[in-house]
Amino acid sequence: MRKFRTYHQVTHETGSRILEQVLEQRARLTDRLATVGAIIAIASGKGGVGKSAITANLAAALALRGARVGALDADLNGPSLGRMLGVPRAALTDGAAGVQPATGVAGIRVMSMDLLQQDEAPLRWRGPEGDGFVWRGLAETGVLREFLSDVVWGDLDYLLVDVPPGTDRMARLIELVPHPHQTLLVTSPAEIVRFVVAKSARLLHDAGVRNVAIVANLIPATGTRLSPEGRAAPLDHSGTVEPTEADAVDAVDQLERETGLSVVARIPYDPALATLTDRGAPFVLASPDADAVRAFALLADRVERGNGGRYAS
Amino acid sequence: MKFLCLRCDEVMAFAERQLPGDGTMAAVFGCPGCGHEMAMLTNPMETRLVSSLGVRVGGRAVPEQPLEMTRSALTDARPDAFADEMPESGTSAHAALQGTADETAALADASLHAARVQWDDAAVDRMARVPSFVRGMVKRIYTDWAREHGVAVITPQVMDQARTDLGLEGM
Repeated sequence: MRKFRTYHQVTHETGSRILEQVLEQRARLTDRLATVGAIIAIASGKGGVGKSAITANLAAALALRGARVGALDADLNGPSLGRMLGVPRAALTDGAAGVQPATGVAGIRVMSMDLLQQDEAPLRWRGPEGDGFVWRGLAETGVLREFLSDVVWGDLDYLLVDVPPGTDRMARLIELVPHPHQTLLVTSPAEIVRFVVAKSARLLHDAGVRNVAIVANLIPATGTRLSPEGRAAPLDHSGTVEPTEADAVDAVDQLERETGLSVVARIPYDPALATLTDRGAPFVLASPDADAVRAFALLADRVERGNGGRYAS
Repeated sequence: MKFLCLRCDEVMAFAERQLPGDGTMAAVFGCPGCGHEMAMLTNPMETRLVSSLGVRVGGRAVPEQPLEMTRSALTDARPDAFADEMPESGTSAHAALQGTADETAALADASLHAARVQWDDAAVDRMARVPSFVRGMVKRIYTDWAREHGVAVITPQVMDQARTDLGLEGM
């Protein structure tokens, strides 16, 4: 068998400049995020737990406290954050230095795939038919990189990143931003959700991500029950055994014990929260006296006092 | 990825890249020792894989544009998603082309000349046919190329030359 040098034995570069380009991308990303005080990732691993609504309302709660807030919708396949934050469907300003983000309620700067796509169009890429599974993940990571590095975020106290469902999506963000200042894992009391959130917690732990906490959403209020899907509904007194508020609290406490992570907010279920937020009017702005809004105010305070926050100790 | 000339035990150097427009790519590498050349040919899937990384084999003639990968790969894009930050103004470039007697003014105009590039009517018409989703990006690519090559006025011929030089597909 012939012997010749291996890749690592060949130190001379070919001039194809691939590595240099990757390093330039990294440098651009670092430079762009240098003016961001803290990156807050909002993830779960499981869909349908209200991550985007949590992101929108937390962003609004922080903005109400006078913070300069950006919100990046990393859910490329199901973007909703722009609409939740009341972003108008105006053209984005396109310049050599980058693309100016849209401005939503309370002056929150927003970037979302929803701003680039035709209404009702699913996410599709130009490319050869049938081989998409090979490169689609790379393309989505590339878009996330561009959303982070090519959008003129400017001076921000917080950039909130709404991470789509799937533990692999969390891993993609970590590849680009290895150490978010804070990561909030959103759960509901439903067992299947807690099961997946525990996996996400493990992934983050193994990746060395610190400052991870749990936000428990959809906590049924007193006098309500919890459906198997994790939604609250009035007690029907039919004699069936279904989780109650106390059960939900127990379930979240159990997740806290299993993962070793702190629950930093318990957001009570309020149907108006989803309804108003979906219409582009975050609940914290529309219903300041609601219990859920008080929970968001506490969450915003925790974020502000947490790693990278304006009032971090 | 490196290519080794087994005869010379030399690393082959990148020489040229071509995008024929059918989704494939050809990258030519040559041996600095014996001059032997080889072409690496990629199929559309492999080409897409590389472009998804946001890199170009052989490097870039102009800097990576904002949201370049997103804009070049996304289908069903909103045609009105982007608006130009500031339209190019030809007035200052015109003044620079005319020349002035005053040395200070000439220096100032030279600076403007370097900073601004004018587009003739035919080039503007051609740019109008570029989908608006990528128009701003394409415009900057041509403008940067013109600046780098000391071209004051972009014409369709200049665009053709830049496109060939940069290996731009579909622009």
